[in-house]
Formats: sequence, structure tokens, C-alpha cells
Amino acid sequence: MGEEAQEHTVKSYAEELKRLSGMIIRMGGLAERAVADATHALVERDSDLAADVVQRDVEIDKLEREIESFTIRLLALRQPMGSDLRMIVASMRISHDLERIGDYARNAAKRAIVIAEQPQIGSLNGFQRMARLVQENLKNAIDALVTADVAKADEVWAADEPVDEIYNGIFREMLTHMMEDPRNITAATHLLFIAKNLERIGDHATNIAETVHFAVRGDTLTEERPKADASAYAVVRPHD
Amino acid sequence: MSGTMTEQTGQNASFGGMAARSSAELNQTARISIRNLDFYYGTNKALKAINIDYPEKQVTGMIGPSGCGKSTLLRVLNRMFSLYPGQRATGEVMMDGTNIIGADVDMNELRSKVGMVFQKPTPFPMTIYENIAFGIRLHEKLSRSQMDERIEWALTRAAIWGEVKDRLNSSAMGLSGGQQQRLCIARTIAVRPEVILFDEPTSALDPISTLKIEELIDELKRDFTIAIVTHNMQQAARCADQVAFFYLGELIEVAPAAQLFTAPKQQKTQEYITGRFG
Repeated sequence: MGEEAQEHTVKSYAEELKRLSGMIIRMGGLAERAVADATHALVERDSDLAADVVQRDVEIDKLEREIESFTIRLLALRQPMGSDLRMIVASMRISHDLERIGDYARNAAKRAIVIAEQPQIGSLNGFQRMARLVQENLKNAIDALVTADVAKADEVWAADEPVDEIYNGIFREMLTHMMEDPRNITAATHLLFIAKNLERIGDHATNIAETVHFAVRGDTLTEERPKADASAYAVVRPHD
Repeated sequence: MSGTMTEQTGQNASFGGMAARSSAELNQTARISIRNLDFYYGTNKALKAINIDYPEKQVTGMIGPSGCGKSTLLRVLNRMFSLYPGQRATGEVMMDGTNIIGADVDMNELRSKVGMVFQKPTPFPMTIYENIAFGIRLHEKLSRSQMDERIEWALTRAAIWGEVKDRLNSSAMGLSGGQQQRLCIARTIAVRPEVILFDEPTSALDPISTLKIEELIDELKRDFTIAIVTHNMQQAARCADQVAFFYLGELIEVAPAAQLFTAPKQQKTQEYITGRFG
């Protein structure tokens, strides 16, 4: 972690910690790219790229298992304490978040393949904006871990609201398309799920930010995270 | 031991809860209260302005690199240093309303209240029975049956009764290292002290004997206040309720064990427990 002025007495231990953070960076990069490509495939109706994203998720899953066994090994053999312990436990948790993000991206890509066969409905600008935001949050969260930057982690943690707002917009838009013409239902439903996937990816990015905060500072973010996902009320409270 | 250890792990199992075992869970009644303690070996100041409380019926672990003053502090708590000319302590070490480093303290009484177990087992070259009886006779006059009873009690509390009850009249030197150490613990508790000091009690023992001693310490804290100096951080993490980190004669940080080992407040502590120096 950046706050340490001193190097480890045991060099091989320091190298193992470095290797672990390298694995997280690599996994973060793969997850980020999966989100970007899935969205690109959707917008460009590129089924080949989408199929590629689906297929590449195997790598992310494999990396998760590698990180898990490596962290267990470190815990057993090094008996880490303090910031090292927090960093190792954080890596394990972050790898789970990244694995989920990979799954959501893969699911979005699968749906993009179906949507490419359907007539285009509406504009997909919202999806692009949403994907850009969650990618940025994801990247910043991983950067915050690597540079032990709590301020950056806290920023990501608080920056999920715009993502939720775009999601709400897409939700209403898709309902409108479906009401206008039932033939839109197939595509609109898939698009809704994709939007939900992106929204969930955003949530996992904030989870990562929370974990980074703990890894660096040793305390937890306790206040309620700002949230703006109101879609749960969109149908049950129509007269609001 | 497993019971308590699982309990503690359970408490700390949740990620955010790792550092959550707060000082509120420590017993707040201080058995020994140290204020502004300085200690000198001749002109060399070995402890600087130490302030620390030893909570009643809890284990306080003392860690730090060699020469940091942790053993010195332990030797202050039973006035061992008074045996050596040129060593002196100033400040307050309050126990039962008395400053135990004051001039008018009855050393024999103090040492019956504050027992000590050393790094290497130190059985006397006598029978197992006499090893325990010896210390009791210095402080109390007991009848033969009372003495038998007390010895059985002490050996039972030290978790060695089952292993020695059929050979109480054999020499203590014939016991294994781990057994000898438990015998020494029995000898210490036989005079019914209030505080027990452990100076690296397991550094000469094999891993299983070490675990037995740790289990015993966990058991003993129901009745005694315990201070343990150890070089083994994992041992401090396993045994201690609160841990104090010393460096160059200063107390850098004292905190509940779970907090000190997961999220210490001081940079120096962080560097030490993560193996960056020391």
C-alpha cells in the first residue's frame, strides 16, 4: 500500500503482494473491456463482437479462481497482519465483484446477439452513457486500490447516482415502446435487462470502492450510499 | 480453547467487523494502572513515560522488537528490578491503591500477588509435589490435607494433574519441557496470585505444548489478570484481549487485539506487524 514508507523485510512476500495486485489490475482490465465491448456490440449490432465477449468471460472466471487460491495461500503461509491482511482480504472480495461484473457483461452480450436480429427501437444513447459511467467508476475503483487513494475510492462510492438516473430513464422509455407496439416487447425486454445489468455493474463498482476504502484506511464507510434507482416504484405507484 | 477462539473468529468474521471488536468489549476495570513510568538501567532510560492499564481478568499482550522495553516493563510489575543495583523506576504503578514501585512495599507480599512464568521452564530439582508445596510454605501454613488439596487444585488448573497425579513423588526434572512449563504455571498459581506475568512462556516449547499453554492462559484469565510478553505476534493475536506495542522504550499503541492486528492507528505499529521492520 502506498502509505508504507518501508519495504517488507521478506522480499518474496512483498513480491507476492505485488503479484496479487497485478492479478486484480488484470482482472479489472478484462471486466472493463467486457463492459465496453458488450455495449459496443449492442449499439453497433455486432453479433461477432458480442459472441467474443461471451466467450472471453471464461478468462475472468479463471482469474477469479486463481486470485482466490493465491489469497488463501498467502493467508496460510504468511499470516498477514494490518494493511497486508486488509489488502489480501480486499483482493479476494474485489475478485468476486469483478467476476459478477463479467457475468453481467456476458449476459448483456448474449442479449445483444438477440437484439441484433430485432428491429431497432429508439436510440441507444442512454446505454452508451451508462456504460461509459460504470466503466469509469470501475476503472477509478481499481486505480484507487492500486494507488491506495481513499479520496478516489470515496468519489466512486458516491458517484453511482447518475447511473441510476439513466437507468430510470431507460426503464420509462422501454415501457413506452412496449405500450406503443407489442411487437417491441421482445427487444424492449432484452434492452431492459441489459440496462439492469449495467446498473448492477455500477453497484458492484461501488462495492469495490467500499472495499478499497476499508483496505486502505481500515475503517468502513457506514453512511447510506446515495441511490436513485426508483424503477421499483415506476409501475406500482403510477399516480404519484 | 477452541470454544473461545471460534467465538472470536465468529465475531470478526464479517469483513467490516474485522476491526469492530471495540474497546467496549474489554473489561474496563484496571487491575494495574501505570502512569508516567520511567525506568533506568543506570543512566540508560529504558522506558519513557509509559501509561497503560491492565484490565482485570483479561490478557494483555506486549509485543515489540528486541530491546523495546516490554520485558523491562514486565520486570517492573513484580519489582524484579529491585534485585539489581542501579536499576530504578519512577512514576506510578498502582495496584490495590498502592504504588508498587514505592519504597515501603512488602516485596514478599507483592510477589505472592504477582506471579511470574519465565521463558525456560524452571522446575526445582525436587519432586513434583515439593515443587508446588515449596512456594506455598513461604506464604501460608497449611495442614497436610489442605496442602494436598491445594496442590491438586493448582495442578488441575494448570492442566497437568492427569499427567502427574500418579507420580507426584518423582523428580520434576523427568517431565517434558511442556509439562515442566505447566508445572511452573501450577507453582505460580498455587500461591493464588492476582496477576500472572508470562515472559515468552512458549518460546522453548514445541507447537503442541505451545497450544496447550495458550489454552491454559485462556482458561486462567477467568480468575487472573494476565500480562504476556511474546515475540510471536500470532500468539499475541490468539491469546490477548488487548495488545500493547512498544518501540525504543515507548508505548506506541495499545488497543484491542483484533483492532491492533487488522487496523492499527499508528504507522509504526503497522510497519511492525506487517513485518516491515523489527
